[in-house]
Amino acid sequence: MHAENTQPPVYGLMVEFDTPETLVEATRQAVAAGYKKLDAYSPFPIEEVSDLVSSVRQKFHTLPLLVLGAGITGLATAFLLQWYTSAINFQIFNFWRVIIDGYPINIGGRPLNSWPAFTVVMFELTVLFSAGTAVLGMFGLNGLPLLYHPVFNVERFSLASTERFFLCIEAADSQFNLEKTQKFLEGLKPTNPVEKVMSSEYFSEGLEWAELL
Amino acid sequence: MQYQETRRTPAEVLAEPVLGSVQTYEQITDRIASIVLTDKIQLGWLVALTIAMSMLGMMGVSLLGLFYWGVGVWGLNNRVDWGFDIINLVWWIGIGHAGTLISAILLIFRQEWRTSINRFAEAMTLFAVACAGIYPTFHTGRPWLDWWLGPVPGVSTGMWPNFRSPLVWDVFAISTYASVSILFWYVGLVPDLATLRDRAKNKYIKVIYGLFALGWRGSAMHWKRYNTAYTILAGLSMPLVFSVHTVISFDFATSQVPGWHVTIFPPYFVAGAVFAGFAMVLTLAIPLRHVYGLQDFITMRHINNMAKIMLATGIFVVYGYFLELFFGWYSGNEYEMALTYNRLFGPYAWSFWALIFCNGVVPQLLWSTRVRSNEVVLFGIANVVSVGMWLERFVIIPVSLTRTFLPASWGWYFPTRWELSLFFGSIGLFLTMFFLFIRVLPMISIFEVRELAHHKMHEH
Repeated sequence: MHAENTQPPVYGLMVEFDTPETLVEATRQAVAAGYKKLDAYSPFPIEEVSDLVSSVRQKFHTLPLLVLGAGITGLATAFLLQWYTSAINFQIFNFWRVIIDGYPINIGGRPLNSWPAFTVVMFELTVLFSAGTAVLGMFGLNGLPLLYHPVFNVERFSLASTERFFLCIEAADSQFNLEKTQKFLEGLKPTNPVEKVMSSEYFSEGLEWAELL
Repeated sequence: MQYQETRRTPAEVLAEPVLGSVQTYEQITDRIASIVLTDKIQLGWLVALTIAMSMLGMMGVSLLGLFYWGVGVWGLNNRVDWGFDIINLVWWIGIGHAGTLISAILLIFRQEWRTSINRFAEAMTLFAVACAGIYPTFHTGRPWLDWWLGPVPGVSTGMWPNFRSPLVWDVFAISTYASVSILFWYVGLVPDLATLRDRAKNKYIKVIYGLFALGWRGSAMHWKRYNTAYTILAGLSMPLVFSVHTVISFDFATSQVPGWHVTIFPPYFVAGAVFAGFAMVLTLAIPLRHVYGLQDFITMRHINNMAKIMLATGIFVVYGYFLELFFGWYSGNEYEMALTYNRLFGPYAWSFWALIFCNGVVPQLLWSTRVRSNEVVLFGIANVVSVGMWLERFVIIPVSLTRTFLPASWGWYFPTRWELSLFFGSIGLFLTMFFLFIRVLPMISIFEVRELAHHKMHEH
């Protein structure tokens, strides 16, 4: 969206509700009406709303797979690290010797690759890598940190973190039409008049870029 | 704050709901957030913080003395090469376990009463782990060489850590535990930081909370991934919390010192950790709910449930003590038998009998509903348990080390004033961090209490 005029582009239209139940119902109707680029905002997670929105926005969830991959990486890293440093004694390049050499020690004649003793560190690194990926992956997939977002331009939106529930249909939706969508949203019986969410040109470009991810 | 204490029977007191008389999401938010967002500094809080910080100063002095003179200022000797450093490490780490148990295990088991106590219990975990971290970091005497413990290529030493050593496992277990606990706590805080950002009146405070809230806006898609990540973290923390104290118990159990070489150590260490941790959560929760008027969030139901967990884990722990004695006798090994006798009647016998009194006898009072409904008595019992769990580690460590295989190597250990002041100072560190925490961050998870209230409304 590259607006030709000086007016800032419209990000979407937003309505406000005062109970989670009305938000669930409104989201259901918006999804049924065929809107795809919509999002709901609530002060606590509401499973029905999340399921409805993700059914049109993103059906497949990558986060658990990312965490699984990280867990396997952690496990392999820990094993390779311990096996290499405890059992291998290559001296390939003398210059790098101190960095790439292992340090095998014979302790009571036990095998150098004593893997049962390595399981503790393997477990710990599996958990560490998975937990780190779960958190970074969650924020990353959510596009956070993102300190500026058009929805914050709506004055009453600050209540979304306390007690109010919002539904926003974005202008990027193929069905979006300023008048028709406004009429549709008014039909959902919001508690306050429909708000026009203003964006900035830079932000819209950023969003297009983010959609590619 | 106007909490009406009408005369109720103990059973009625304990039957309080999980969430008291807060009606709306706005009320919930306001009651919790206003503690943080007020401009006023309460005198009581300031006095408490001052005391805690002067104790923290003592830690600074103890550490300076340690750096200047070396570990020789401690009462360690050839027989007892671990004393207060390992006792206090194990004690502090153990205390941390309740926080992870509340936040992760009770979440997985869908125990809704965890909701209003998880935030400050997790904070307690972090601060306890930080206090524990003081000991392994500084007991080396040369903390600038602590990186030798890590898997760093031995540029100057030419060596790698010996991964078959439980002490290296400890490094990994404790650092993973600390990292995952911080992640868990921070992820839980983000939606509440967004609430504080939106409610703060002061521009600078708004910016600071805003930066840490990372631009959280409560989007339905975000919540979906958030819940997935939070559940995964809980699932990962569940085995982790069991592993940490298990690995610490390996420090002892994999050795051959009489009294340590026992298979009961891992489960009994974990039970002891949960026991000590819940005692500390009660020690913190009982004053907090009264000072900050949070009786609607931390109700007698919570207090009762925690007391019950304390009773159950206390029984596990005492079972562990008896099994240790049984193993000593049943081993038929003269060193184990001598150690068992020495534990009961030797020079440190006072510590064993004090331990049985604190962890075995006193917690049995918790069977009574009258005791569980009386917060003053509960607070006292929780403190006795904390002392008892400290004594447990004292009984394990010097008692075994001062009477090993050769009579020629028998000796005595008692902490010096430097060790005592460092321990006292670490309590100061814990309290300082905790008092700062309750002033700048919401001590109860606001969004989870809203969610709980939402579910409660649906039930009716």
